[in-house]
Amino acid sequence: MGYKVIEGLYYTKNDEWIKVEGDIGTVGITDYAQDKLGDIVYLEEIEKGKKIKAGETLTTIESVKAASDIYAPISGEVIEVNSEVIKEPSIINKDPYGKGWIAKIKIENPEELKELMKAEEYSNYRKE
Amino acid sequence: MKLIYEKSKKGRHGFSLPEDQFKEINLKDCIPQYAKEEKEKELPEVSEVEVIRHFTKLSKLNYGVDDGLYPLGSCTMKYNPKVNEKLATIDSFVYAHPFADEKYIQGSLQIMYELGELLSKITAMDKFSLMPAAGAHGELTGVLMIRKYFEDRGEKRHKMLIPDSAHGTNPASSAMAGFKVVEVKSNERGGVDINELERLMDEDTAGLMLTNPNTVGLFDENILKIAKIVHSKGGLLYYDGANLNALLGIVRPGDIGFDVLHLNLHKTFSTPHGGGGPGAGVVGAKSHLVEFLPSPIVCTDDGKYFFEYPKKTIGRVRAFYANFPVLVKAYAWILSVGGEGLREVSEASIINANYILDKLKKYYRPAYDRICMHECVLTGREYKEYGVKTLDIAKRLMDYGFHPPTIYFPHFEPYAEETIMVEPTESESKETLDEFINAMIKIAKEAKTKPELLKGAPHNTPVGRLDEVKAVREPKLHA
Repeated sequence: MGYKVIEGLYYTKNDEWIKVEGDIGTVGITDYAQDKLGDIVYLEEIEKGKKIKAGETLTTIESVKAASDIYAPISGEVIEVNSEVIKEPSIINKDPYGKGWIAKIKIENPEELKELMKAEEYSNYRKE
Repeated sequence: MKLIYEKSKKGRHGFSLPEDQFKEINLKDCIPQYAKEEKEKELPEVSEVEVIRHFTKLSKLNYGVDDGLYPLGSCTMKYNPKVNEKLATIDSFVYAHPFADEKYIQGSLQIMYELGELLSKITAMDKFSLMPAAGAHGELTGVLMIRKYFEDRGEKRHKMLIPDSAHGTNPASSAMAGFKVVEVKSNERGGVDINELERLMDEDTAGLMLTNPNTVGLFDENILKIAKIVHSKGGLLYYDGANLNALLGIVRPGDIGFDVLHLNLHKTFSTPHGGGGPGAGVVGAKSHLVEFLPSPIVCTDDGKYFFEYPKKTIGRVRAFYANFPVLVKAYAWILSVGGEGLREVSEASIINANYILDKLKKYYRPAYDRICMHECVLTGREYKEYGVKTLDIAKRLMDYGFHPPTIYFPHFEPYAEETIMVEPTESESKETLDEFINAMIKIAKEAKTKPELLKGAPHNTPVGRLDEVKAVREPKLHA
């Protein structure tokens, strides 16, 4: 049973994805992550305007199985938060790469993207 | 099943009182104003037999260790001998007043003292405090003692190391005691990664909290090395006694480097656990930590027993004197089992877990390829391709009349995922274990041939599958 991986996104070892458009990066968690978590019940509110470094905790997510941290794939400022998924976090289970996006970060240093995986690399990393 | 209120019929009752002889007195005039109710309380009006049937039926819907196997991993749901309940409720204990002078409760104090001595012998500690009321309470107590120990020495240590396999209460207790929690990764053998530990252990670190056997039911083979690394940097080693059931009479935590520990009397020492609690998370210390134990502790001199307040105590952690009846039950259990018996308890618990592991490993790939201690960790990974989750396997087990084991814990990648953690304890016979094993094998076959049956399970229980998401999202906290 393969997990969905989308071409053109960047991926972290902790199973976050980031989609880059100009200097804005949209962040979410991967299909693999949502499947491993199981039914998601809670996503902690994220403060708009928060400055964050790559690898720092962006927010916390809880499922019926476990609670985990979601880390920022890149440094920058949180400029938008998906209030729909805060209200109804199960959207992440249904559409992790689309409606289940979590936050938008204004990218401080695009060089950091080089540290992340491309789709093919991530697919191999999470091959079962 | 109907609520007892729904069975109510106006005017029906389960008693008959004699005719009112004091008709001239109005009852309402005899009650002070503040106690008067405007409206009559709505109580169910039912006959005695209806009450008896209602509650008997309710009690039959329950499931506990008195009904059958309760193999919750990491919980040690062993049988609670009934004689211990009886001993804990004899009049001299039940009517001992918490404010009574020491001279009137010498017997109770003697039991507390002797229980502490027995536990010290079992674990190679020097003194016990019986005060903490539960496991996590014991952890917090132990960690606060560690903090005080370093404060007393004028050392500033603000970090606590905790393996990724630890119970969630370990990081929580450390954080509550003001420490920064640093996670130590596990290796492919299920133990602490020694290189990682060596890298992380420094002079800012107070120590390491370790459960051994750990939460995947494996004894950390490197424990002596671990102790050396922690002690060489001046740190202390905390023993989480959640899994002591595997070690009684075989290994003593104090002999392998642990400085302070808590034990769960409601696990290893057979007092009721869970809904049948309360518990007791007694804390033992090596000599260098005894003076920090919470007060009071029970000491003896010249045949008299008395409360003592350790010099540098962290203070009180609980009102009065522990969950005393729990202590009586544990004391009675230790004496009835005896020294050799304690070793047999652990040996039987280890044999039972390995019997299950061996019989089921073909069907539920174990998380680790090792002989286990008192609990085994299987996984439900193989059945994913049939659309069956570990949760579905656990739910289906209820249809076969068993309480499901612990699932999805431990949960850390890449070794322990989709886990099914089975702890049979020493209480179970081979016949019971075989029944459980057969049910698990049947479920494995069903997962491949009739996955829908598992996904809809349980089918034979009083209530079907509960909506766990709704339960978390919209908790109903009162009636």
